Amino acid sequence: MNTYSLLREFADSWMLLAMFTFFGACVLWVLRPGSRRTYRDTAAIPFRNETKPAAGADAGKEV
Amino acid sequence: MTDTLKLIALGLIALFAAIAANHARDLAYMVNALVVMLTAGGLFLYTLRMTGEERPVRDVSGEYMDDVVRYGVIATAFWGVVGFLVGVVIAFQLAFPALNFDWAQGMANFGRLRPLHTSAVIFAFGGNALICTSFYVVQRTSATRLWGGNLAWFVFWGYNLFIVLAALSYVLGGSQSKEYAEPEWYIDLWLTVVWVAYLAVFLGTIIMRKERHIYVANWFFLSFIVTVAMLHVVNNLSVPVSLFGSKSVQVFAGVQDAMTQWWYGHNAVGFFLTAGFLGMMYYFIPKRAERPVYSYKLSIIHFWALIFLYIWAGPHHLHYTALPDWASTLGMVFSVVLWMPSWGGMINGLMTLSGAWDKLRTDPVIRMMVIAVGFYGMSTFEGPMMSIRAVNSLSHYTDWTIGHVHSGALGWNGMITFGALYFLVPKLWNRAEVYSLKLVNWHFWLATIGIVLYAASMWVTGIMEGLMWREVDANGFLVNSFADTVAAKFPMYVVRGLGGVMYLTGAIIMCVNLWLTVRRQPEEASANGLVPAE
Repeated sequence: MNTYSLLREFADSWMLLAMFTFFGACVLWVLRPGSRRTYRDTAAIPFRNETKPAAGADAGKEV
Repeated sequence: MTDTLKLIALGLIALFAAIAANHARDLAYMVNALVVMLTAGGLFLYTLRMTGEERPVRDVSGEYMDDVVRYGVIATAFWGVVGFLVGVVIAFQLAFPALNFDWAQGMANFGRLRPLHTSAVIFAFGGNALICTSFYVVQRTSATRLWGGNLAWFVFWGYNLFIVLAALSYVLGGSQSKEYAEPEWYIDLWLTVVWVAYLAVFLGTIIMRKERHIYVANWFFLSFIVTVAMLHVVNNLSVPVSLFGSKSVQVFAGVQDAMTQWWYGHNAVGFFLTAGFLGMMYYFIPKRAERPVYSYKLSIIHFWALIFLYIWAGPHHLHYTALPDWASTLGMVFSVVLWMPSWGGMINGLMTLSGAWDKLRTDPVIRMMVIAVGFYGMSTFEGPMMSIRAVNSLSHYTDWTIGHVHSGALGWNGMITFGALYFLVPKLWNRAEVYSLKLVNWHFWLATIGIVLYAASMWVTGIMEGLMWREVDANGFLVNSFADTVAAKFPMYVVRGLGGVMYLTGAIIMCVNLWLTVRRQPEEASANGLVPAE
């Protein structure tokens, strides 16, 4: 089997499966229970620390 | 110590550039070498002058690094006007061939100016916009100063040096004839160095972040930087004929070369002009609307779906060529599927305004951003449709493609960048608001009507020439010669040129408005406290 055929077979079988699984897992992870609160906090990031860097080590909780 | 090393390096570069200019095999290479020599020489003198000087050390960890963003904003506005101007010139050159002046033959004819236009708008205007907005956004959303100190300055100046080298090279005939990847090997190498520095600055800032999560805009910016690095390196694999000449030979040949080129070309659209600008959308629209993005969950799904699909869409540029059918079918299918995440993102951007729709009436800046998202939706519908093989058989090689590209580039990339500039300039120079919202309104309508004229005339002329090319008589002979289609297109070409003039006028109005914002608007009580406008 030459390189092309080998890669081709790998690409449209295992690689396809791996990528599709990863994508599916991403979507499921986003929709996991309890994600809403986390994402509400993340979506508010642009509205803090606008004028200067956060002072502490972790500013994630500061509003 | 570092100054000594710097002086040695700069001196060697200037020396080698001088030797290269002397041995140059062609004009483009010689002029580029001279530019490098002068730049390195100038920096050498500057460094020499600064060596041993006392430099005040100030703790800047409590401030954002905004000087480089300010420079980026100015460069964006400047290159925007230059790029649009060249676009208007070549639009009229197509309508009136006499504008390919004899005295400027070989320099300022359509063939030389066209890559100048595309690179000026995509890489100079768009690239500077992406670099400066990404630097602005990543600092605010990571709550930390840019990583790497002066490396950000190297990225800015290095990238603009790349643009100058590329522009001079095009006009003087240096080109590897790959669309949107015209710069020759030594310019490509320089861009690679700059891009790696850009990645380091951006990634370093994200790693040092003080927020727990990486805001979605940074995901888009990061995917843009990483993917463009990969595309650029693979598509520009070539062997220079001589160290002292611009000519190089591609490593890939034939259909492999074509496939690599359009894998690059379409992902330049997908990751440079889409993912990067979506990063701008996900920051500036929520900021201007003063409400968080409509659905953060959707934004994550938007990101991964876009990343997974876009990379396969390239072969739709090569329907009915030597490319195997399965490959172009693959490209076509992925392009059509891509419609979904694109519209998911559009809905997410538009719905961010839910509850704040009244701002559309009062705030022309947000109107600009919203119409950008509208054009994003429109061109991401048109694109998948044109990628279908049957539609492509009509649209390919016609002006419909040009119209499609411009509704995306002028409508989506241009408008979202203008919106970002109107947002950024008052913030960066500490002003309450832009000088005149009325002028923003003028810009908005000039640009919008300009795009409508452009896109509509290109639809008409594209479909017309597509139909004329395939028209056969009862005996199966073609009815029209190519020159017949060129003659028939004249009125639409003039309309297109006028659309371009309106768009350019709008951009000039923007520059005046932004200039007056800095000059005439009173300075706010400084919120950043420490950074005066330098």
